[in-house]
Amino acid sequence: MRERFLTGYNDFVLPFMIGMVFILSYCIIALIRIIAQLPKEDRRHFFVSLVTPKTLVKNIKDIFCDCLLHVKIWKRNKLLGYMHSSIAFGWFMLIIVGHIEVLLYTPHRAKLFYYPIFFRYFVAETESTMKGAVLFFLMDFFLLVVLSGIVLAIVKRIRSRMFGMRRTTNPSFLDLVGLYSLWSIFPLRLLAEGFTADISGGSFLTKSLNYVFTSFLSDHANMLPSWWAYSCALGIFFCVLPFTRYMHIPSEILLIPLRNAGIRIRHARKGLAKAEVYSCPSCGLCIDACPMGVQKANIKDTTVYLNRQIRRNNETRIEEISDKCLLCGKCTAICPVGVEGDKLRIAQRSIRKYGINPDYSSISTGPLTCDSRGKVLYYSGCMTALTPSIRKAMESVLRKAGVEYELMDKDGGICCGRPMWMAGRFDQAKQMVEKNTEIIKGSGAGTLLLTCPICYKIFKERYRLDGIRVVHHTEFIDSLISEGRLKVRRDTNKYVYHDPCELGRGSGIYEQPRNVLLRAGTLVEAAKNRKESICCGGSVGSLTLGFDKRKALTENSLNNLTVASPDIIVTACPLCLNTLSRYADRKVEDIAETIDRNTSN
Amino acid sequence: MGNIFGFSISPSSTVNLDNVDFTLFDRLHELEPDAWKCMSCGSCGATCPAGNFSGMSLRKVLHNLQRGKEKEAVKMLQNCMLCGKCSIVCPRGINTRHLILSICKLYKED
Repeated sequence: MRERFLTGYNDFVLPFMIGMVFILSYCIIALIRIIAQLPKEDRRHFFVSLVTPKTLVKNIKDIFCDCLLHVKIWKRNKLLGYMHSSIAFGWFMLIIVGHIEVLLYTPHRAKLFYYPIFFRYFVAETESTMKGAVLFFLMDFFLLVVLSGIVLAIVKRIRSRMFGMRRTTNPSFLDLVGLYSLWSIFPLRLLAEGFTADISGGSFLTKSLNYVFTSFLSDHANMLPSWWAYSCALGIFFCVLPFTRYMHIPSEILLIPLRNAGIRIRHARKGLAKAEVYSCPSCGLCIDACPMGVQKANIKDTTVYLNRQIRRNNETRIEEISDKCLLCGKCTAICPVGVEGDKLRIAQRSIRKYGINPDYSSISTGPLTCDSRGKVLYYSGCMTALTPSIRKAMESVLRKAGVEYELMDKDGGICCGRPMWMAGRFDQAKQMVEKNTEIIKGSGAGTLLLTCPICYKIFKERYRLDGIRVVHHTEFIDSLISEGRLKVRRDTNKYVYHDPCELGRGSGIYEQPRNVLLRAGTLVEAAKNRKESICCGGSVGSLTLGFDKRKALTENSLNNLTVASPDIIVTACPLCLNTLSRYADRKVEDIAETIDRNTSN
Repeated sequence: MGNIFGFSISPSSTVNLDNVDFTLFDRLHELEPDAWKCMSCGSCGATCPAGNFSGMSLRKVLHNLQRGKEKEAVKMLQNCMLCGKCSIVCPRGINTRHLILSICKLYKED
């Protein structure tokens, strides 16, 4: 390869350079700002994690798998996965191979930023070039890969169902500008390289295109406009990138190490929250996932629109969106980049100012404490108090298994604090957590049994009950059965299990309830189960959804549960039980009731 | 009302609605039209876990606000744990949790 121009410069590189300098400085400033916004402790933690070998390897692996190969999207839908990885990985390889070419043929130009991008314009083929034929082939091959991805992206705009998506996001104006400039970058590159392929060399794609061009456009003066167009497309894309959804490309590279460092959202708009908001690619997978999506009016209240409104600082809409959500966590579970829609919303709720601040310091914990040394302490919680059948069944199961237990809130107790936490009032929730901790520690119990997943989640996450085993009744019954303390009879019923949001996605308990039900009868699965189960619609997470607006959500959840026509719907949450049984056409019961019926002695 | 022969007369509990400022109360009903639906059945108070400790009842809170006894209402609401039992038992389907949060936003302690 020899250089065609002594200066190694042409004016057409300017749009690209302007765009590149802009996006690089924008990203560096944003990076510094986000890291500076982290609380001191988190920041130290983050830096330590960056040099810890274990997290370092995980970071590199995650960045490679998520940002380039898009493994999570592959698992969801092959075509969608191919579309993403062909564009991301193909582009990445074009950049890498481009740099290798420069280092190999014109190493003295390696310091020029634009040289690898427009390499083909500045060089001409010589006798010895054939040695680089592999590189030429690779360049054309990856360009073809990217182009196939772009074709799929265009098809997806028209027929998103082919990609497993029923609904997608409405792009904003700037998103469209970014989208069209991204689409045009690669065809323009093909065109530009096609024009110069007879001078600078090429492979199966560019060389062949060059033969076509020379047949009717023999003048080499035609090549410059196409290189200008290519450079302009790149420049426009980089200049609009920070204001479009494509900001997720650089943000995700920051979000992955932040997440792997175990950092939590501490501020509604700063630090990790900001990184998450900007990492949202607006793909719209959360729209189909959202249980509120059954009603068209709620589509604009999904996580992707929350992120968009936070970026626009539209306070009214942020409040509406974050208050409406049921906090079922499904968007978080399926999000390919790991935006935590539920936690982000709780953080938005936490910055509200209230004139009245509840205070529970007057509650004396003494009378609520019962001596239960060596026993199981059973805290049924507020919701179980409204569904006494669960408590009755659970007590009966405990007696049959010969478990010594004590009721913590027989005559009413203090709320676990989770509903208050969900409303974003952390100080009040912490007060309740402290009061309950006092009672539990004072009782001297070794095990705390809960029948409500809402309580279970906060007991697991926020209570510091050193040494006390916290179990949900599904876990507890499962262990009683496997220890042989409880003999379960099989009956002829066909059961379906509804995963409560707070127990499944919230606490990761999927197997124990299924193990238990498998012993009681035939277990069938719902259409969407486990991580993708559909919220019953009764969640205390939503602040604004009224009773009348929840009916459609419950019916949708029931339709999902009854596809395999089970006889009985079993759940493990008093609130789900209450909500589902309102509209169900068959029996709904708690897992404790099922087991109580199928055991004797 | 001094102490007369060892007896005292309790102060009158009459509420003079002409002297009550209803600006906040009206504002509350704008935000929460549902609040008009309350028929004072008392289900909320009967299930309220905070009621055990403090006599808290959403029904009483609404009554107090309606009668201009803001201080009593605020004092009572300071016990609410936001558990959501009242919204489940409410026969009128009032979104009580949001109603409570709205009152907490509008009214002030003191």
